[in-house]
Amino acid sequence: MSDLIHLTIDGRAVTAAPGTLVINAAKAVGIEVPSFCYYDGLTLQAACRMCLVEVEKTPKLQVGCTLPVAEGMVVHTDSPQVHEARKGTLEFLLTNHPLDCPVCDKGGECELQDMTFRYGMGESRFVEQKQHIDEQQWSPVVFYDKPRCILCYRCVRICDEGMGVKALGVGNRGSVSVIEPNHFDHLECDECGMCIDICPVGALTSGTYRYKTRPWEMKHVGTICTHCADGCKTTLGVRNNEIIRGNNRDRSGINGEFLCIKGRYAADFVNSPERLQSPLVRRNGKLEPVSWSHALTAAAAKLGEVKARGGKFAVIGSNHTSNEENYYLQKFAREALGTNNIDHHRTGDVATLLDALSGKKDALATTADLYDRKAILVVSSDLAQQHPFLAFQIRANYRHHNAHVYTVTPGPVREQSIALRSVITVPGHELADVVSLSEQLKKETELVILFGDAIKGDKIRQLVAFGDSLGIPVKYVCLVDYSNSRGASDLGLGPDSGPGYRPVNAPGLAYDEILAATDLDVLWVVGANPLKHSALASSNAFVIVQEMFLTETAQRADIVLPAASAYEKHGTVTNVCGEVQRLKGGVQVMGTKPDLEIMGLLSKELGVNLGMWSADKVLEEIRANVHGYNIPLPILATGGAAQTAPVNGRVPASSRPDLIQSARDTLFTSGTLGRYCSKLKSTLEAPGALYSEPRP
Amino acid sequence: MLYNEPSPLEVKILTKRFGLKNSESLDTYLATDGYKAFLKAIEMTPEQIIEEVKVSALRGRGGAGFPSGMKWSFVPRTSPKPKYIIINADESEPGTCKDRLLMENDPHQLIEGILIAGRAVDSHKGYIYIRGEYRYLIEAMDRAIAEAYSRGYLGKNIQGTGFDFDLYTHTGAGAYECGEETALLDSIEGKRGVPRMKPPFPAVVGAWQSPTLLSNVETFSAVPAIIRDGGAAFAALGPPKNGGTRLVCLSGHINKPGVYELPTGFNLLRMIYEVGGGMRNGKKLKAVVPGGSSCPILKADECDIAMDFDSLAKVKSMLGSGGTVVLDEETCMVKFAQRIMKFYAHESCGWCIPCREGTTWLKKMLDRFHAGAGQKSDIPLIGELSKNMLGRTFCALGDAAAMPTISIVEKFPEDFEAHLNGKPCPYQHSAELAMA
Repeated sequence: MSDLIHLTIDGRAVTAAPGTLVINAAKAVGIEVPSFCYYDGLTLQAACRMCLVEVEKTPKLQVGCTLPVAEGMVVHTDSPQVHEARKGTLEFLLTNHPLDCPVCDKGGECELQDMTFRYGMGESRFVEQKQHIDEQQWSPVVFYDKPRCILCYRCVRICDEGMGVKALGVGNRGSVSVIEPNHFDHLECDECGMCIDICPVGALTSGTYRYKTRPWEMKHVGTICTHCADGCKTTLGVRNNEIIRGNNRDRSGINGEFLCIKGRYAADFVNSPERLQSPLVRRNGKLEPVSWSHALTAAAAKLGEVKARGGKFAVIGSNHTSNEENYYLQKFAREALGTNNIDHHRTGDVATLLDALSGKKDALATTADLYDRKAILVVSSDLAQQHPFLAFQIRANYRHHNAHVYTVTPGPVREQSIALRSVITVPGHELADVVSLSEQLKKETELVILFGDAIKGDKIRQLVAFGDSLGIPVKYVCLVDYSNSRGASDLGLGPDSGPGYRPVNAPGLAYDEILAATDLDVLWVVGANPLKHSALASSNAFVIVQEMFLTETAQRADIVLPAASAYEKHGTVTNVCGEVQRLKGGVQVMGTKPDLEIMGLLSKELGVNLGMWSADKVLEEIRANVHGYNIPLPILATGGAAQTAPVNGRVPASSRPDLIQSARDTLFTSGTLGRYCSKLKSTLEAPGALYSEPRP
Repeated sequence: MLYNEPSPLEVKILTKRFGLKNSESLDTYLATDGYKAFLKAIEMTPEQIIEEVKVSALRGRGGAGFPSGMKWSFVPRTSPKPKYIIINADESEPGTCKDRLLMENDPHQLIEGILIAGRAVDSHKGYIYIRGEYRYLIEAMDRAIAEAYSRGYLGKNIQGTGFDFDLYTHTGAGAYECGEETALLDSIEGKRGVPRMKPPFPAVVGAWQSPTLLSNVETFSAVPAIIRDGGAAFAALGPPKNGGTRLVCLSGHINKPGVYELPTGFNLLRMIYEVGGGMRNGKKLKAVVPGGSSCPILKADECDIAMDFDSLAKVKSMLGSGGTVVLDEETCMVKFAQRIMKFYAHESCGWCIPCREGTTWLKKMLDRFHAGAGQKSDIPLIGELSKNMLGRTFCALGDAAAMPTISIVEKFPEDFEAHLNGKPCPYQHSAELAMA
């Protein structure tokens, strides 16, 4: 560690590491040096000239965002000269700005407003005609209003550097310079909305949010995105019980400000007109709406009747329900119904990985590891599509730390552009191709391996053995699909293992066996749609479904109980890296109930005591009983992510690798939920394809 | 081709072949000491070459006047990266038109200068960045380069010396900003021509992240003479620290406009009255732009001055790129300021706020002012806005727009006063301007 640099900022003695920029050295001691174009983590521009500061012994004002600290430097950020410069810059900025703050989406959270308020002049000396360029729509989610644009190039940089997409560029020159899509008049990109999010003014606005509300009229609810498994924190902007936007502008949570199209725009399924808002019971072959009490009584009666005569139950759980709900569901099945016939759609072989890592410490990577580990190996996943946040972390790692990235994938992926070496593999040959990298990998000092569903069962053991052979610390991420796929596995939605992979005495039927069995009396499906792809062999089974929409499975049901989505309830979910985070309900949809409450009410009707069905109480039970889930509550309570502890040597070895199958969702599909997200479907890029050639 | 008669007062060093038959051909060049300096440089060590350039007191002819020898010594000769030589032929400063003559009439002098520079900084590849509007010059330069290749003055093992050098032309697309050295580098790399942050300077991190020696056409063209006749002889032509001659582009309201090679430090009044044949139609001198439109303007009573970097700096102006524009008493200085600002507003690359918005605002204001809709408060505002740009922009373009404007408002307030209260421009009959 080199010595610290000593300097003076506004009369205060400041120490900073060599290379620190003056703007950050000032920030560290609470002195704001205003800026537009400077953005933490992106390349330096020195374009906006707002951060000019006075440095003694230099004739001109210096640019605070590009000037590194120097020993003995004396900086003034509060001198008359600096104030004059800021005023002058803001006056220039506002000359062609339309000042349409009263109708601008950004009004109230606009950096230009804030800066003008704090540093600008009270009045304008500009009496000439302003330039006008008409607003443009670039995609269903991105609109550009040039007159408001201050050309800070944040959008261009986040798209290029952050996303690796390069969809935006600069056109024209001088005062008619514009930001423009690199693809003619429209965007062909990830539609992630990062450009909108990062825009300090109202130049880039979102198709879901624009002209709908003022920022201060919304309730801001920080929760976890309910789509993929990465577990990004998204702050829902809720107005009149409608989710108008999702963003994470405060950079809290594991994902900082990152969100993809799903976290930002794919919340409209909540208010979809196709949402089920009343329980349905089959009468004369038709599903008819009934009251909750009627439906619960009918369902409990059926469960009680079948249980009394020793009938056969089967339960299929969800990749989206909370840890508490998963725990409660398996407890319900095992204790109240006395069956181990419980499973869920398994999208990654977490169980085998945990087993293979027995006895190892620190072998499970966190999302933060992807940003600061020196080498990353991606096996058989189109990360930018299937795990956009993990891909973002790796790109940032490459950009900031020059991480060595390796890919072994069955087709082209975006990570190839930053990869030291990439191998296009053939399904079945993934491991051999990974092994072919061993000489190079042995030269690394540490490694994180992320692998998709092509690596399962014994292949995971072989992969871990390969990792051991490298002689360097290796961490693993077993990629799974959905917001709580990992939690479903951890909390015991499996026929052979209970919560924390505790082996069960008599393993029940697995997913395919449940559907193939011909003698089921009751099939209870919670938040899943197994009948989309396969038929139910037990034609006489009584089917109870907890669902948000009338899916293929719900259409087969005898009783449908309308469930609340993740954005409507509390609880916790576990992301792909085993990090547990808290869900916070932001909206309510009339007529629906959270799955936990439905199960609780069913248990009450059935007359069995499974404990209180409040999320906090169930979490208490999970923390006490489930191995690996004794996570610190303060971290959860403050919106942080706590990684579950590894499970050592407790995992039943008989996992069914043949059942492991990713749904292969792209950036623009999201299982059942995706079918009801209008913004996902409306994009030009939807539905997209994995391993497709990069856009021209 | 030449556009004006030479003046007997000229000291012809760089232009000595101008006017010779087929002066652009390799044969003419070889017959007049051509490529002798290069062969001499091959016998010298790189340090000796750089020392000779230092002794010559040659300063960059693009406008900034940076000592060339020092710049050459900044290039890390031992760097394992390739080193590039880039010739800035993006001559676009209004009032400047000398580089085109050097390329048109004596291209081999430029090529020889480049070769010597290549030898000095261990570079083997060069690009001549020619402004988009000089399209015909690209052909002329390409012909000269082809001729040099065919006769072994470019390419592998030049004249059996073992020295390799490849030279290419590269065209700009009509942006003044690309004459700024780092914007030029971005442009040559195929990017949008906006300036880069300095440091690092191009000498260390330039084209394609490699050490790059980047100088003006006239600067490189002066090198053969320096090596051939010695740096001391070149330095002796001008005042201390201002070596050699300069190609002065005399234009405006004079009788004999043209490009003249004069010793650095030549008196401005003599330039106008003796070299340039005096004021046209016997009008009185009003003002002079000494070295291209970005230089603060000189009033008539400031014109008895030696045209060198240091003397002009003393009167807060600049020698610039040699574009000397002479204005007579019938010139409307409001119109002149407006014309200059129109240029800069059009050419601002838009990268940084003060230049992008400042030039456009000032242009709109000067348009309005000249049209008779000015207010008294506009006069100080013109100066204030210019000062808000001055020293605060990313590159020197903002300064280039601000400096002449500030000087015009300060030195000719009466011209601005005369436009107030809706009065028509008192110089209606002098709409014709030197810099169109």
